[in-house]
Amino acid sequence: MNRKKHHDTSVLSSNLIRRPIRRWFPVFLLPTLVCFCIGFLWPFAQGIYLSFCNFNTPKDATWVGFGNYVKAFKDAGFIHAFKNTALFAIVSIVLINVLAFTIAYALTQKMRGANLFRTVFFMPNLIGGVVLGYIWSMIFDAILKHYSTYLTANATYGFWGLVILVAWQQIGYMMIIYIAGLQAVPEDMLEAAKIDGANKRQTLFRVVIPNVMPSITICMFLTLTNSFKLFDQNLALTGGAPSVMMNGGKVNMTELLALNIYSTYNINKNWHGAAQAKAVVFFILVASLAIAQLSATRKKEVQA
Amino acid sequence: MKKALALILALVMCLSLSAVAFAADGGSVYYLNFKPEADQAWQDLAKVYTEQTGVEVKVVTAASGTYSDTLTAEMAKTEAPTIFNIGNASGMTDWGDYALDLTDTSIYAERVNDDYVLFDEAGAPKALGYCYESFGIIVNKALLEQAGHSLDEITDFASLKAVADDIHARAGELGFDAFSAPGLDGSSSWRFSGHLANIPLYYEYKDAGLNVGSLPAEITGAYLDNFRNIWDLYITDTAADPTSLSTSTGDESEAEFGQGKAVFYQNGDWEFANLTGNFGMNPDDLTMIPIYCGVDGEDKAGLNSGTENCWAINAKASEEDIQASIDFLTWVVTSEEGTKMLAEQFSGIPFQHASAGANVFGAAAKAYAEAGNYTMFWAFNDTPNVDSWRATVVTALTAYSAAPSDELWADVVAAFVDGWAYEYSVVNG
Repeated sequence: MNRKKHHDTSVLSSNLIRRPIRRWFPVFLLPTLVCFCIGFLWPFAQGIYLSFCNFNTPKDATWVGFGNYVKAFKDAGFIHAFKNTALFAIVSIVLINVLAFTIAYALTQKMRGANLFRTVFFMPNLIGGVVLGYIWSMIFDAILKHYSTYLTANATYGFWGLVILVAWQQIGYMMIIYIAGLQAVPEDMLEAAKIDGANKRQTLFRVVIPNVMPSITICMFLTLTNSFKLFDQNLALTGGAPSVMMNGGKVNMTELLALNIYSTYNINKNWHGAAQAKAVVFFILVASLAIAQLSATRKKEVQA
Repeated sequence: MKKALALILALVMCLSLSAVAFAADGGSVYYLNFKPEADQAWQDLAKVYTEQTGVEVKVVTAASGTYSDTLTAEMAKTEAPTIFNIGNASGMTDWGDYALDLTDTSIYAERVNDDYVLFDEAGAPKALGYCYESFGIIVNKALLEQAGHSLDEITDFASLKAVADDIHARAGELGFDAFSAPGLDGSSSWRFSGHLANIPLYYEYKDAGLNVGSLPAEITGAYLDNFRNIWDLYITDTAADPTSLSTSTGDESEAEFGQGKAVFYQNGDWEFANLTGNFGMNPDDLTMIPIYCGVDGEDKAGLNSGTENCWAINAKASEEDIQASIDFLTWVVTSEEGTKMLAEQFSGIPFQHASAGANVFGAAAKAYAEAGNYTMFWAFNDTPNVDSWRATVVTALTAYSAAPSDELWADVVAAFVDGWAYEYSVVNG
């Protein structure tokens, strides 16, 4: 075993292999790099440029400066969507992670059918957001019908409906990450804790959780960005309804940021630039939140 | 690194070569079709044209409800559509710059009159309606007779209500109800937030001497009581549960009518193919009557006719492509194959060489107009920020329908009137 490994590295470090790699690596990197530039960097740069322009198609853009940003922040719907999204992110991050961790913890204990349960819990994640949205809207409406009301009757139903949907969809995925983390907790540490007389609760909080901190980091990051970027579930479940006139403006009560940007763009060409400005603000927000959160949780990670 | 550079250069060369190859192939047509249901017919017709003339015609159809997204994306490309759709005045605001002035074109000369032409602010004709549609209340005459009533009884709102109330009261014994479900799910709500809303809008326009395209900044909602009359009738004289309208779909409503479970069904002449085809209804049993709502003199009302289907030619396309596009459209409205296709797919064709179609609803619209009844034009084409405006109206209408009260109706009125003023300020802001 050991000899084979040694053999492999010696082959890789031989000049016969390394020289062509050194010389030809651009050829192998290029396709990906080109794709990255075409599919990401260039549109991103163009998007930032367009947020300072009035335009219908990118071909006929005219420079207007910060006007679009002013317009974006004056929009009552945008501010409301922002609050909605923040609230939604907090609720869903807590709910998803607590539940996913609990289920993962339960399923890593010795119990019958744990594998079956893992599969079942993971399955919702395989269904697309739009499909889920429509299915759940029917489920909620069927339930609410018994109380002579319906999902889009008020913002509260729509909000919690979305929370339930997203939790149902993402818990399984986060659970898998937690299970992997829990299984990687060193057996000898747990044994040492047991010998030292730690009870279950102490073991969980003092040994297990610090050890699965990397998984928690990943899951927090994923749930945070997922809830900020949430679009298709939002569109399919309520589409932002109910929409009401409020404070001299129009607000789609259950609209999150991404959907708000989308519907702003579709108003007419006067709003393309403002939607683009919102998207840039949205990017900065998500990026800075994610970076802040990553560095905060990274500090809590321990080396096993 | 040198090799990598060579590779990139080779790649660039290939790309530019293929671009040249495309550009050299001038004088082709790219039609971005607005009507998904007519997609196959357009594809077939394009093939015939290419066989006859050798001119390449590419037809692409945007998925239902995504036309403006698709158009925006396609227009940004080098190979942009040469023929596209402008539906109304706000579409003209967005796309007027891209539309060719049609004044001296051969296709413009083929029109019957200016009723279905869209003009830009400077008064230049830039989009040409190629069909017009009519909506109203579709009636199953056979069921109506089975219930002991006849079409002649219905001449205004009071008589419509009397007949509908009677049928609804005896629904159990008859086995069918008066109106099919007035669903407010997204697949159905446009029938009311769009089409039915045209009734109060039309009468208001008429009083003010306005026409489609005048885009008023405000509306008064003077006829909203009439709107309430007819809406109350829809949600009362139906088998549908008024608290579950928010999830009741267009397909359900159509099936209800198609399977003979309802006598009345508010929709348009585009339903003809489905009702006679999919549901196998007898065309002789079908007709369409005006939407009555209790306005004075409405016994002389006709159907609601208008169009959102207007051809515009991309002014930014190459000279050859523009000419090819004009030639193609002229051929469509004058040739035997073209007029036949138009007659089969659409009900009213506002061109001089139109063939007659089999659509009984189109015929009803024509009959009303010929009898001197007033045709209600599509004032709702002027709705500012239309999707958003309609969403607010649907929200209010859904709440009202679940538990009708004057208070909740006031929200409908606010969504209608205040919503209009607000959305107007949004689109012009």
